[in-house]
Amino acid sequence: MAKEYETVIGLEVHVELASKTKIFCGCSTEFGGAPNTHTCPVCTGMPGSLPVLNKQVLEYAIAVGLATNCDITRYCKFDRKNYFYPDNPQNYQISQLYLPICRNGYVEVETQDGGKKKVGIHEIHMEEDAGKLIHDEWEDCSLVDYNRSGVPLIEIVSEPDMRSAEEVIAYLEKLRLIIQYLGASDCKLNEGSMRADVNLSVREVGAKEFGTRTEMKNLNSFKAIAHAIEGEKNRQIDILEDGGKVVQETRRWDDTKEYSYAMRSKEDAQDYRYFPDPDLTPIMVSEEWLAEIKAKEPEFRTAKMERYKEEYGIPEYDIEIITNSKRMADLFEETTALCKQPKKVSNWLMVETQRLLKEQSMDPEDIRFTPENLAKLIGLADSKAINSSVAKEVFEVMFNENIDPEKYVEEKGLKTVNDEGALRSTIEQIVKDNPKSVEDYHNGKEKAIGFLVGQTMKAMKGKADPAMINQILKELL
Amino acid sequence: MDILNMTAVGLSDQIKAGRITVKEAVEAVFAQIDKTEENYHCYVTIDKENALKEAERVQAGIDDGTFTGPLAGVPVAIKDNMCTEGMLTTCSSKILENFIPTFSSEAVLNLQKAGVVILGKTNMDEFAMGSTTETSYYGVTKNPWNDAHVPGGSSGGSAAAVAAEECFFALGSDTGGSIRQPAGYCGVVGMKPTYGTVSRYGLIAYGSSLDQIGPLCKDVTDCATILETIASHDLKDSTSMERDDLDFTTALVNDVKGMKIGIPKDYFGEGLDPEVKEAVLAAAEVLKEKGAVVEEFDLDLVKYAIPTYYTIAAAEASSNLERFDGVKYGYRAKDADELHQMYKRTRSEGFGPEVKRRIMLGSFVLSSGYYDAYYLKALKVKALIKKAFDEAFAKYDVILGPVAPATAPKLGESLSDPIKMYLGDIYTISVNLAGLPGICLPCGKDKAGLPIGLQLIGDCFSEKKLIQTAYTYEQARGAFGTPFHPAE
Repeated sequence: MAKEYETVIGLEVHVELASKTKIFCGCSTEFGGAPNTHTCPVCTGMPGSLPVLNKQVLEYAIAVGLATNCDITRYCKFDRKNYFYPDNPQNYQISQLYLPICRNGYVEVETQDGGKKKVGIHEIHMEEDAGKLIHDEWEDCSLVDYNRSGVPLIEIVSEPDMRSAEEVIAYLEKLRLIIQYLGASDCKLNEGSMRADVNLSVREVGAKEFGTRTEMKNLNSFKAIAHAIEGEKNRQIDILEDGGKVVQETRRWDDTKEYSYAMRSKEDAQDYRYFPDPDLTPIMVSEEWLAEIKAKEPEFRTAKMERYKEEYGIPEYDIEIITNSKRMADLFEETTALCKQPKKVSNWLMVETQRLLKEQSMDPEDIRFTPENLAKLIGLADSKAINSSVAKEVFEVMFNENIDPEKYVEEKGLKTVNDEGALRSTIEQIVKDNPKSVEDYHNGKEKAIGFLVGQTMKAMKGKADPAMINQILKELL
Repeated sequence: MDILNMTAVGLSDQIKAGRITVKEAVEAVFAQIDKTEENYHCYVTIDKENALKEAERVQAGIDDGTFTGPLAGVPVAIKDNMCTEGMLTTCSSKILENFIPTFSSEAVLNLQKAGVVILGKTNMDEFAMGSTTETSYYGVTKNPWNDAHVPGGSSGGSAAAVAAEECFFALGSDTGGSIRQPAGYCGVVGMKPTYGTVSRYGLIAYGSSLDQIGPLCKDVTDCATILETIASHDLKDSTSMERDDLDFTTALVNDVKGMKIGIPKDYFGEGLDPEVKEAVLAAAEVLKEKGAVVEEFDLDLVKYAIPTYYTIAAAEASSNLERFDGVKYGYRAKDADELHQMYKRTRSEGFGPEVKRRIMLGSFVLSSGYYDAYYLKALKVKALIKKAFDEAFAKYDVILGPVAPATAPKLGESLSDPIKMYLGDIYTISVNLAGLPGICLPCGKDKAGLPIGLQLIGDCFSEKKLIQTAYTYEQARGAFGTPFHPAE
């Protein structure tokens, strides 16, 4: 009889924090500057330079800890993790091992059967990111860019509480939402501002001990994470079924090949020689400061959903989708504040926005258009200055280029022709040119009027109000 | 007027009074350097051209009232582990043979704001690891009192430069005695302030939790004046402290009536040279005559200070020195085939044996499985040593003792036996472990004519008591002189 296996999964999630400056110096954290332009003696490891903690980073870390039910360490320290690599200018990374800022938390996720499950958080610690090596194949040399060196990260280490890819995704989505709502990070997996390493082992159902685990790296989408979990689970079960032993090692997932390969085993694990960084003084977190951070906590999703129901009266399904992204919820609220039409705002976000996001494989976080422009578009449609198909056209341009719809409609001459006389004479011509359809209509074929409306619209280049065409047609017929 | 015989404050007064120009002072020093530097080798880098240019700029600043402070116009030397923008900074190591910093250390900037002229960078033990200045890649420095002897270390170049009158004062750094011990060997005044008093920004770290910058100079007045100038609360250094008692010159008071001075019996036991013992106890007697209350007490935890210090300092050093890898600056081994070979060869060729010894020691005590037994235990002992000093300072204002077990050893004697060299730090390192201030000033000479150092140790933030006690002793003792201007 085939054995039944259970998968045990824990995650290490790195999140790049949204502070404007780096964790230990005043350099910009902005992504994409020319190489080594966002650097200074501190983040390039110049001799004699010293780190000074950015308080905003600490505040974000504490806020994430509070929102994930962690104990906040009142006396916390930074430690040095020593290893040699050129992207690490001091050859040690400033991180936290002995006294991390947050411990013993959890988040609640919904399981597939609709139940709820707590995923434990072992700890959250702060650390600095490394620079980036660029290998120049033509010159056969490597160059290093320290712009990213010193960008603040938190690492959220879960307990091994997850049992399936679905639970892992639910946990990650929950974390992402909390952190986005806090404004502590944009959490984009594809850009690396959120990165997850998966620790996975399998054991026979009912076994008390955990199996030997492996760590999977290089997972940059939810899809890759789900694939990697399936792949690794099956690989480990195959080994056990063949009577072999799983080796504790770090593996790298290749999502295009849907295959992982071993990077290093436990035997070549480095000794990082962690010790408290003597350049940074211990951090004391006071009760007052904690209370201040707690007071600044934003409205989280559950509260937001309740409020939307009462305040805006939009369908629950819409609320679900809109509040599932901080960016969406902000867009919704800001646009509604401008145009006072929650239902219409929700419609644009639910239908056209979702369609375009999907088509262009974008995250809501990547939306470029402003609430002001969406409100203007809604205003144009409301006043019948443009008809609904023109509105959709304009929306798409706005979605892609964040144009001002009022100016755009003006410049492109897309305004509905409200000159009844001109419309009437066009329709008279259409009626004259299509006697067959007119006859059909009189013979009771209601559909024929649709054809005539279409012809009129074509003649008007789409810039007519369909209701007005209908009305005039009916009069003339 | 004999410029070279002046103290820093005395020289600056003459310059501000218009009796001497900055250029004359700088030229006088270079005349002396021309005469003596070849033998003593106090400097790694001398920048005469820049110093003469600076002399003009500083003179203009004095003339137009920009520089009015007590050190304006004074030619000074900087230990070669403090970054100086645009000026070679080597830590006396091959691995930084070509390193020119893009910024200056905060202490140097504070001096420049006060209108000093920087002459160059002084020799030291490589990365401040050593007690004789013999571990320098750029050759040994000799003791100006007797060139067969070492000047002490690691700030040996700074101490020797002051004694040889190749500068009016110098900055040094003290991790385990590196200012006080060479001051003692060279018969000058040296002070290590309370940890956090002088910014470490720009000081190339050896043992970060122990390193402090301080002055090496001709007398206690200069010492208080220099310390007052370089001390500052620096937001770029997280360990820098905000103090509102940096007016150290107010403590230049010739009076110790009622001052309680403790003499740790443990500092006068086995291993202490009888001549040193006699001179130091005689100094205590002088202070007693001036009205201080002097008594003996036990400070036996001191015997654990050496292993504790070498564990902590080496651990921090092993990490601090990781950045010297040939990737970004400094020496890089040629023709390496791949990254790890480049790292290994660069560091094997770039570091000297004493630095390698401490990197290995530090890496060992931090390695997994040994961390608790060595590093963590050392931190605990460090806390106990601090406690023992706290108890002592509940009873005494100042602790008095020798700075080293003997006067300066002969060149070449120490390196053959590193353990013996480490044991020579017995009287100075516990001060660093507890973060305390300590001052050393000469209190006599041995039969060979080598200076003997008197060390005064104070509680954290009690520099003023040290300065007052040292000043009172100095007034009673009279001028100590230099090899070139012996006291009458």
